[in-house]
Amino acid sequence: MSRIAESLIPEARLTDLNREEMSRYSRHLLLPEVGLEGQKRLKASRVLIVGTGGLGAPLALYLAAAGVGVIGLADFDTVEVSNLQRQIIHSQRDVDRPKVASAQDRLKSLNPQLKVVTYNLRLTSDNALSILKEYDVVADGTDNFPTRYLLNDACVFLGRPLVYGSIYQFEGQASVFQAGRGPCYRCLFPTPPSPGLSPSCGEAGVMGVLPGIIGCIQAAETIKLILGGAETLAGRLLLFDAWLMKFTELSIERDPACPVCGEQPTITELIDYEHFCGLNREETGPPVESLTALELKARLDRGDQLQIIDIREPHERAVFKFPGGRAMPFGQIIRRKEEFDPSVDAVFICKVGQRSLFAIRSLREAGYQGRLFNLKDGLNSWARDVDPSLPQY
Amino acid sequence: MITVLIPTALRSFTERQGAVQLEAGTVGQAVAALAENYPDLKQHLYDDQGQLRSFVNLFVGGRNVKTLEGLATPLAEGETLTLVPAIAGGRDA
Ligand SMILES: [Zn+2]
Repeated sequence: MSRIAESLIPEARLTDLNREEMSRYSRHLLLPEVGLEGQKRLKASRVLIVGTGGLGAPLALYLAAAGVGVIGLADFDTVEVSNLQRQIIHSQRDVDRPKVASAQDRLKSLNPQLKVVTYNLRLTSDNALSILKEYDVVADGTDNFPTRYLLNDACVFLGRPLVYGSIYQFEGQASVFQAGRGPCYRCLFPTPPSPGLSPSCGEAGVMGVLPGIIGCIQAAETIKLILGGAETLAGRLLLFDAWLMKFTELSIERDPACPVCGEQPTITELIDYEHFCGLNREETGPPVESLTALELKARLDRGDQLQIIDIREPHERAVFKFPGGRAMPFGQIIRRKEEFDPSVDAVFICKVGQRSLFAIRSLREAGYQGRLFNLKDGLNSWARDVDPSLPQY
Repeated sequence: MITVLIPTALRSFTERQGAVQLEAGTVGQAVAALAENYPDLKQHLYDDQGQLRSFVNLFVGGRNVKTLEGLATPLAEGETLTLVPAIAGGRDA
């Protein structure tokens, strides 16, 4: 199977460049691999970018600069101050605006010839196919598993290549999922991590420049799919570690047993991806007793004897310490379970109340008999409801 | 000795170690030894039935062990086993 892909854009759609476009794209026209014909293909191309965040920002900026004809932007979010550390398409003055509106303004000021179509909505099984089918290629700038599986399946059904990127802290992954040229995302990861088991990203942090690098790789792959003749990441998974500044290339293959792109697919239409990813389920595990921040405060004020276990990482505790909390990072709970006193109620605290929930379930599974409480919504709720002087980081 | 490369997403369960050296002749032995050495990691590698979870892929010599001999894939002295998890990052949730 050749890795060299033909252009996604048929001859029939190509139109001439005007003088202004000739000047603007001269550095492309000088490249034999692009040239006039390649630039016409870019002009005729339609790219959907899903997510206008860390990955979508550089993707959209470089595709707009490169002369892609139509860019669709799908995002339901608004710009927050904490986004500006990495989502360089948005600026301080855009805070609280819809991300797609902010991104559209920036792209249009960069390249007035560009046509931008905005979708200020969440992609769902109901709307995805009708939106995706208008585009030649889809770039995945999402930050969550339900949308990622939705995009994968929709792209398989529509026969659209999916330019994949994903990030975590200092590590990124990139690939191209294209039918006939390699696997899809599900070949690689048939099912997502359950919410409790997935390394929680909202609590994890990310180096701001990392999505910049991965997003630029996605932009390069998107442009190559449009131009044709290049060797893309189809059939290869690129891993990047910004801390070690190391790239690793892995070979990935289509799984004949894949439920969507395999020989006998069992998934032939879009499904409920929130459910598939274990979200919005009443029960994703055994029930856990919880305390709200105010209830915990009341018990502390009463002088109840409690073991307060702060399972955040040391660098998080450095932001602020919880008074009377005993530090025991999430990843050490099972190994150190003998340190707990089963005769005293234990309250587990973390940032948003997710890791603590999982810590409690793990401890139960490991046979711990004492009573365990989860601080509901974590220290963010404590900062909100009990001690507003604390930062919500 | 072989080396297991631990992705960032799982390092909080390996005392922040990015690379772990251990004795193993096959991929299955390596994963079992890893779970043994780091009990907090075990539930992220195996499900309740003791099956390897499908959101972590194992690569040896740049190839997915699914396309080799699975857990029976032999590991030569000095070889590297790379764990590649499904990741999704960015949003403050
Ligand atoms: Zn597949």
